[in-house]
Amino acid sequence: MSNTIHDMGGMHGFGPVEPEANEPVFHAPWEGRVHALQRAIGAADLWTIDGGRASLESLPPVVYLSTTYYERWFLGLEKRLIAHGLVAADEVAAGHSLHAAKPIKRTMTVADAAKPPVRGNFERPAAAPARFKPGDRVRTVNINPATHTRLPRYARDKEGVVEAIRGCHVYPDTAALGQGDHPQWLYAVVFGGCELWGEDADPSITVSIEAFEPYLLSA
Amino acid sequence: MPDHDHDHSELSDIQLRVRALETILTEKGYVDPAALDLMVESYETKIGPKNGARLVARAWIDPDFKAALLKDATEAANAFGHVSPVGSHLIAVENTPKTHNLVVCTLCSCYPWEVLGLPPVWYKSAPYRSRAVIDPKGVLADFGVALPAETEIRIWDSTAETRFIVVPMRPPGTENWSEDRLAEIVTRDCMIGTGLPKP
Repeated sequence: MSNTIHDMGGMHGFGPVEPEANEPVFHAPWEGRVHALQRAIGAADLWTIDGGRASLESLPPVVYLSTTYYERWFLGLEKRLIAHGLVAADEVAAGHSLHAAKPIKRTMTVADAAKPPVRGNFERPAAAPARFKPGDRVRTVNINPATHTRLPRYARDKEGVVEAIRGCHVYPDTAALGQGDHPQWLYAVVFGGCELWGEDADPSITVSIEAFEPYLLSA
Repeated sequence: MPDHDHDHSELSDIQLRVRALETILTEKGYVDPAALDLMVESYETKIGPKNGARLVARAWIDPDFKAALLKDATEAANAFGHVSPVGSHLIAVENTPKTHNLVVCTLCSCYPWEVLGLPPVWYKSAPYRSRAVIDPKGVLADFGVALPAETEIRIWDSTAETRFIVVPMRPPGTENWSEDRLAEIVTRDCMIGTGLPKP
């Protein structure tokens, strides 16, 4: 889902940012376990990074707001494991495996875990040349898909300038649905504060998003 | 209400649920608890903002390295050698007297784990994600940071698989400092854009 609570840019009412002095990496041991479980199961390539994000975005807004970050990670992970048939609801209820394991592509071994983690590379060969170049004026599309997108609401139907080409990358909007990479050119597009927030906005701010080519029209 | 105020409250059974899921996944052979232990340990002890701070300190004393970092931070960080390997599309953005950079992920929590470790709770919280793009000066004020009136603020919303690290300005009075001493004043917040290095 795209027009839901995760898309927070520009919302009011959440109060001040409250930094925590000497914040620990994990606030409780279970948070570290959730983080590690997510990465370990991620090694099996059952879903894409955007499929994972989509499962969190589709949590009911009230749940999304009333849970902590790693609680959401846990809820999303459990939901995906059940959806992919790796874990059954009766197993979750029992707290034990009750059925034979389904084969998975890869597991994270101790030797894998001992190596420093490196981010995946999402760049892919391009099927066509980039449509835009730095300096081009563009307008973002006005879309409201019921499915995952990385074009935030505050930056839809807005005019900006292409600042850089990042290469051709996996397209989140299809990858989240399990419909394949459909690589798209990715650009840094910068908007003036008043374009995004109106004439009363602070003119001394600019905001950039990383925009996939299907999000952009010539302006 | 910030996330960390209710870390243990909303799902009182969260510890039990996490333990149950780990048990199921272990019994099925999908995960190895010893591997999970190592993964937790690596983020608690090895992968953190000290890695990014070393890159910034080097950039402050070595103009060639700074140029390389701003051109392709992934490549520059990997060539530098100190840090754990950095994956694709790390982008370094430089603060100047004219422009201050601030990094956010309004849609989720994208953050350069390899150079800064895991993000703090506030970075992932609704107050930061909602306000950074519309009221960055208010956000900076929450951190006690006030910029000169003429400084423009550029916000980088991490909406794709690119990741950002801010290279803050080297503070005056640090001209004779060693690289290690410089790295000590480059805090995590300096590299997100919510802090300034203080000598």
